Amino acid sequence: MSQTFLPDAPDGPDSPTAPAPAGPSLRQPRLPRWAPLGLAAVSAALGAGIGALGGLDSRVQWGLIAALLYIVLTLVLAGAVEGGRQARDRLATSLVWVSFLVAVIPLASLIWETIARGVKVLDGYFLTHSMNGVITLEPGGGIYHALIGTLEQVGLATVIAAPIGLLTAIYLVEYGTGKLAKAVTFFVDVMTGIPSIVAGLFVLSFWIIILDFGYSGFAGAMALSILMMPIVVRSTEEMLKLVPNELREASLALGVPKWKTILKVVLPTAIGGITTGIMLAVARIAGESAPVLLLVFGSAQINGNPFEGAQSSLPYYIYEQWANGNEPSYDRAWAAALVLIAFVMILNLVARGIARWKAPKH
Amino acid sequence: MAIENPPTQGAARKGDRIFLGLSRGSGIALLVIMAAIAVFLTWRAALAISADEGNFLTTFEWDANGDPPVFGIAVLAFGTVVSSIIAMVLAVPVAVGIALFISHYAPRKMATTLGYVVDLLAAVPSIVYGLWGALFLVPHLTGLYEWLDQFLGWTGLFAYEGGAARSLFTVGILLAIMILPIVTNVSREVFRQAPKMHEEAALALGATRWEVIRISVLPFGRSGVISASMLGLGRALGETMAVATVLSPSFLISASLLDPGGGTFAQNIAAGFKEAGSMGRDALIASGLVLFVITLLVNGAARLIIARRKEYSGANA
Repeated sequence: MSQTFLPDAPDGPDSPTAPAPAGPSLRQPRLPRWAPLGLAAVSAALGAGIGALGGLDSRVQWGLIAALLYIVLTLVLAGAVEGGRQARDRLATSLVWVSFLVAVIPLASLIWETIARGVKVLDGYFLTHSMNGVITLEPGGGIYHALIGTLEQVGLATVIAAPIGLLTAIYLVEYGTGKLAKAVTFFVDVMTGIPSIVAGLFVLSFWIIILDFGYSGFAGAMALSILMMPIVVRSTEEMLKLVPNELREASLALGVPKWKTILKVVLPTAIGGITTGIMLAVARIAGESAPVLLLVFGSAQINGNPFEGAQSSLPYYIYEQWANGNEPSYDRAWAAALVLIAFVMILNLVARGIARWKAPKH
Repeated sequence: MAIENPPTQGAARKGDRIFLGLSRGSGIALLVIMAAIAVFLTWRAALAISADEGNFLTTFEWDANGDPPVFGIAVLAFGTVVSSIIAMVLAVPVAVGIALFISHYAPRKMATTLGYVVDLLAAVPSIVYGLWGALFLVPHLTGLYEWLDQFLGWTGLFAYEGGAARSLFTVGILLAIMILPIVTNVSREVFRQAPKMHEEAALALGATRWEVIRISVLPFGRSGVISASMLGLGRALGETMAVATVLSPSFLISASLLDPGGGTFAQNIAAGFKEAGSMGRDALIASGLVLFVITLLVNGAARLIIARRKEYSGANA
């Protein structure tokens, strides 16, 4: 760790070319390089020992004891050998490492559990059948209806949100200077922070309670588009700002009208980043379940029409199966979670791939 | 300009006008949507609150479908604030640690990979966190609960009487795990922008790595970390499904964080929606409006801090 960062003086005492200093060494004594690893091993062993002898059955507690021991041992040893400043440096290093490990454990466990429990019932049947007529206490059924729901709702939301978001970003970057642009910038920021359930409540009050339409995939798509718009505006804005002004000026100087300059010069230059932004926004809203719960209502049957009647969606399906509260339903929930994570991750990876592929070369 | 070619210019002007109209119209549409959200929520909320027989702010009960309807947000406000505070206390130091690890401690190659992994983790849907929290985290926390009870039970805050660990404390832990990636991401970006010259100057004066971070990286990144935390807080406040799956709700405020019970705004909406009649829905909308206002305030504060920092770093650029 430390050797990559702290430059050792080239003529240190362990350097073979340097003559041995005659007087007392001017360098502070240092712990050997293997000290952190050795201490980690010792404290891990001690932690396990104390845990096993003390009858603590949770491995989390063993880990906590070991981490605490490691920090204290390092501090004491470094303080005794190297002095206070080095000891504080080592303390910071071990705290940073411990915080990293502490965070990795739950996140790795989340991914591991989802994959391990998800593959149990995940097969072709699961992907191509709905829950229609399936008794929830028994295995069987699948997510076909939820897949259709998710694809249609997310598709509709993108169709609504992408053009509005794109045009708003163009307005802000290419035209906007006055009060209106400032207000839009401010409210886009505000919109980014809207909790998904509040977006759902808004569409509920406006579309279902006041205008008296029924639950439908389209109602859910409207709420999702509210969540999607600010993300699209933000990312598109960033990308448009990256387009060099010389390109715009060159095009305008050739007599090309401004709208054509934007459509034929600015947008094609930024298209990679814009696509990435939209795909990340899609990935984000594909996992939203709260608006779907309020507006699409959930259904066990296949309903291919997003404008009429209740539908399901993948996140909602997971919630519904969890709420059933029995093992076969839990299995289905994990499998659906695996499909959802895979969907979101693939979108993310492809989006980042496009960003890298289309990135302006320097 | 193209004086010798007036017809093209005329067409160009028309195209410009249409395009400007379209893009300005979208901007205005966004403003209209925001206004509509505020207006419609306030309207329905006003209907509900005027019919409320209890005190909307202090009643410990949620019987909005009853006759007369009695409901109040005291328990929800308490649960939302407490679980979010727990999440912040747990997540922010760890997130700063990971951000420093990625920006200053990890080997370069490992740091790039870690950056990608954190980005991907930020994209994991909240319902998946909820499922994992309910089926994996809750059963694995009883050991920690007993431990806390043994050593800190005397404070009253951490008294534990057995049973499933489906309390506000568990919700706080889960929310902390959920907001870790986003807080880490933003903090890491800020730490990476810390001026290299300052770091090198500190190193040249013989500072240890921790001293370099303390005197050149952390002061530079402080406002960035604060705004990252506020963004995380905004997420934690509005989180719905993860809380709804993990918490076993009740309309009580208990002295111990480890007792099951309590609720949050978003969780209450998700849990109560299917049984709600028309008054029940309006009452839920009223509680949603309160949540909306709280998250607006938190996000507004975060934006203000970021805006201030922009001016500050503008001097360096």
